[in-house]
Amino acid sequence: MAKIRGAVVIDRERCKGCNLCVVACPLDVLALSTKEVNRKGYNFAYEARDGVCTGCTSCALVCPDGCISVYRIKEE
Amino acid sequence: MDREYIIRHGRRVYGKPALMNDVPMHYCPGCSHGVVHKLICEAVEEMGMTEKTIAISPVGCAVFAYKYIDLDWQEAAHGRAPALACAVKRLWPDRLVFTYQGDGDLACIGTAETIHALSRADNIAIIFINNAIYGMTGGQMAPTTLYGMKTATCPSGRQTDLHGHPLRITELAAALEGTCYVTRQSVDTPAAINKAKKAILKAFGYSMQGRGASLVEIVSACSSGWKMSPEKANLWMREHMFSYFPPGDLKDTGREVQ
Repeated sequence: MAKIRGAVVIDRERCKGCNLCVVACPLDVLALSTKEVNRKGYNFAYEARDGVCTGCTSCALVCPDGCISVYRIKEE
Repeated sequence: MDREYIIRHGRRVYGKPALMNDVPMHYCPGCSHGVVHKLICEAVEEMGMTEKTIAISPVGCAVFAYKYIDLDWQEAAHGRAPALACAVKRLWPDRLVFTYQGDGDLACIGTAETIHALSRADNIAIIFINNAIYGMTGGQMAPTTLYGMKTATCPSGRQTDLHGHPLRITELAAALEGTCYVTRQSVDTPAAINKAKKAILKAFGYSMQGRGASLVEIVSACSSGWKMSPEKANLWMREHMFSYFPPGDLKDTGREVQ
């Protein structure tokens, strides 16, 4: 069966670290950075678990700042 | 198959709408305004009305909406956005005209303009962001503040004998003959966001078909005003706001016709 694989690209400078995408992700892919901050001092979101994302777009939908782009591909 | 491969060869299924400018928004982290801005951008793009839309920005947190959404905007005096929208729509009947207002702007100072614009059946759409508090001015009590809710001007909670009852403007609008579509939505979960987008598309569509005025209320969270984290604010909203402001369609004249 074909498997859907996804990846997210997060604009870390635009991110305000509101954590809504982390809560919305059904597969716990995202997390907020703990050691790094962006230019404004926010802990930005990043893809913490590799190869788990299915590109469901939940995180990007709830993102109030439109920081998240989602890519999807079908794995044969 | 690694991340870079998916990004290079995969399909971009979601991203920031083209109508949304690159400037960072001044809204607090987790503010519902950003999500609704995105939905408006997507709706206008999908309707192909990018060059034929005139939006009216309010006074309140969304006062700078014209900086963030790449449409033609007109700034209205506090609360007067529906009156201005009616004027614009009457001069340019082929344009999509909508207002974007918060609860302090629409349900307090602009109640008269809102009620009369809706009652006159002017073909405008009103997007109403209801977060039960005055966000921009520092979290004072709004007409929509819930029973017992603490704000800067009612620190021991809203009391019925002193402050009266929260105002349900959407129910008022549904009772007016001039409205064609009155709905209440929220933007706290992906499913709710998709529904809210459909509601906005429907309201914009009805206004272009000349069916009358429409009101889309969006029950929103104000994490700074409520003094909670964005995540907790969404939970609080679901627990407390939805019982007084239940989401759903209140009136849809299009459905009756079909």
